[in-house]
Amino acid sequence: MLPQVTPAAPGVRTRPARRGPQRGQARAAALYLLPTSVILLGLLAYPLYQLVVISFYDYGQPQASGAAPLVFLGFDNYVTLLGDPQFWDVLAATVVFAAVCVVGSLLVGTALAVLASRANPLPRMLLFLAALGAWATPAMAGSYVWLFMFDQDFGIVNEVLGLAGHSWTFERFSAFGLVAAEIVWCSFPFVMVTMYAGIKAIAPEVLEAAALDGASATRTATSVILPILRPLLMIATIQSIIWDFKVFTQIYVMTGGGGVAGQNLVLNVFAYQKAFAGEQYGLGAAIGVVMTVLLLSITGLYVRAQRRTS
Amino acid sequence: MRKRAADLACVLIALVVAFPLYWMVLSALKPAGEIQAADPRPWTLAPTLDSFRRVLAVEDFGLYFLNSLVVAVAVVALSLVASFLAAVALTRFRFRGRTVLLVMLLVAQMVPVEALTIPLFFLVRSFGDVVPAVGLNELGSLVLVHLAFSLPFAIWMLRGFVAAVPDDLEEAAALDGASRFRFTWQVLFPLVAPGLVAASVVSFIHAWNDFLFAKTFLISGTDNRTLPLGLLVFFKPEEQDWGAIMAGATLMTVPVLVFFVAVQRHLVSGLGGAVKG
Repeated sequence: MLPQVTPAAPGVRTRPARRGPQRGQARAAALYLLPTSVILLGLLAYPLYQLVVISFYDYGQPQASGAAPLVFLGFDNYVTLLGDPQFWDVLAATVVFAAVCVVGSLLVGTALAVLASRANPLPRMLLFLAALGAWATPAMAGSYVWLFMFDQDFGIVNEVLGLAGHSWTFERFSAFGLVAAEIVWCSFPFVMVTMYAGIKAIAPEVLEAAALDGASATRTATSVILPILRPLLMIATIQSIIWDFKVFTQIYVMTGGGGVAGQNLVLNVFAYQKAFAGEQYGLGAAIGVVMTVLLLSITGLYVRAQRRTS
Repeated sequence: MRKRAADLACVLIALVVAFPLYWMVLSALKPAGEIQAADPRPWTLAPTLDSFRRVLAVEDFGLYFLNSLVVAVAVVALSLVASFLAAVALTRFRFRGRTVLLVMLLVAQMVPVEALTIPLFFLVRSFGDVVPAVGLNELGSLVLVHLAFSLPFAIWMLRGFVAAVPDDLEEAAALDGASRFRFTWQVLFPLVAPGLVAASVVSFIHAWNDFLFAKTFLISGTDNRTLPLGLLVFFKPEEQDWGAIMAGATLMTVPVLVFFVAVQRHLVSGLGGAVKG
């Protein structure tokens, strides 16, 4: 993966007249790219390679501290993982949880973008300011605020609903729901701002033409507005998938490391717990590989599907 | 009539969306007795800075704040120089392999860095044997990894800004006898300042918000804790000091909020997608 910055052997393609400056440029480019290359190769590419390597070894605490030799296992970690019912449970939970968050953020974000485009400037500005605040809140701070609002004894929500003493994080689905609500809260603003910009960019003439041709509101929305907004919707969807599939902070903080008996684990937290709490680094790395492959293929498939239809 | 309905909906939804933030600040300002009360009220008649005092004085939160700031600022400064140089190389120089590098940068942005916690943990541990300042339990380790995570996007974003500077300017500078190096730093660098600001904000927020890597690398000792770790410590299994937690959360949110307001105009143009996580 070393950057190929040196020019090809002389006489292959470069014209003699341009060889001088070209070579100078290549040399300067190599110099300018040096810091970035060192950092990215050392701290992104190499760890990625190491992740795969570690996943093939029996890598526990004795191996990590150098007290025991490394044992090559081949695919044994993956076999263990795929044979573990908990892994499948966590995987299913991760996919459903991420899907709920993605769909939630897209629906709320798009709906509010449409709403904002129909409102007057002042109310619209208020909505954008509020969304900006939610967007800017660090995951850690947001998690605690939501946890506090839904606290079983001192939370405002239980007070308003008259549910004193009810714990939102004890039961599996209600805990997942609470985390999903927090995630939608801080992720929809990105969708909203993106879609709003898209809606504003649609020329009024296009909509007028559709109206003159007798298109209904639904027809205009599905046949005119949606196709125009599709590229933006794609960006928003991919971004949301990428964020929501690898949620860590919110789950870790709001469910106390994965919930009662690990009921609220998602892949990312599962890998962390296996590796750093369970000291099974090899197994944790295997989960990391599975997660990376899944995420890259989901993104890839989506991009391809979108390209084909548009 | 329909417009008025939309206005009303906008205002109501804005209140709902802003409520958690209001609740956070309000609870940070409430006296301890009101927070523990069985009937929480959406206002307070006796605002106090006690909670802030408690987190800053008793819990060392000021130190954690400073640690977070050091990490984020170091990441921003280093990533600024590295990404600017790389963006110049990738936009203004012609050389073989340029397209391959650009594609690799795009792919690098898709790598879920969270999956790299395990190999990075061991890598940082062995760094520590050679250079203690970037080893485990040191802030330098966080600077290094966040630098790596922020570079691909920063370069990608700066590319557009660097490309927008006309070639004529470079030729004019060359005619005036300026070297390529001088042109890069004295002409190009100030011209792409808006791009640098936007890229810096993204890098800053990423480093500032990070919890996973701080939790993984800073395993012993308390002096080098960053804000998210500090907040986690407040959260005790049975008796939570919600006032202190909300004060800490407020302190953590304010800098990011300031940055967001500062760059809100750029939020849509590509920058938006990177700010989260």
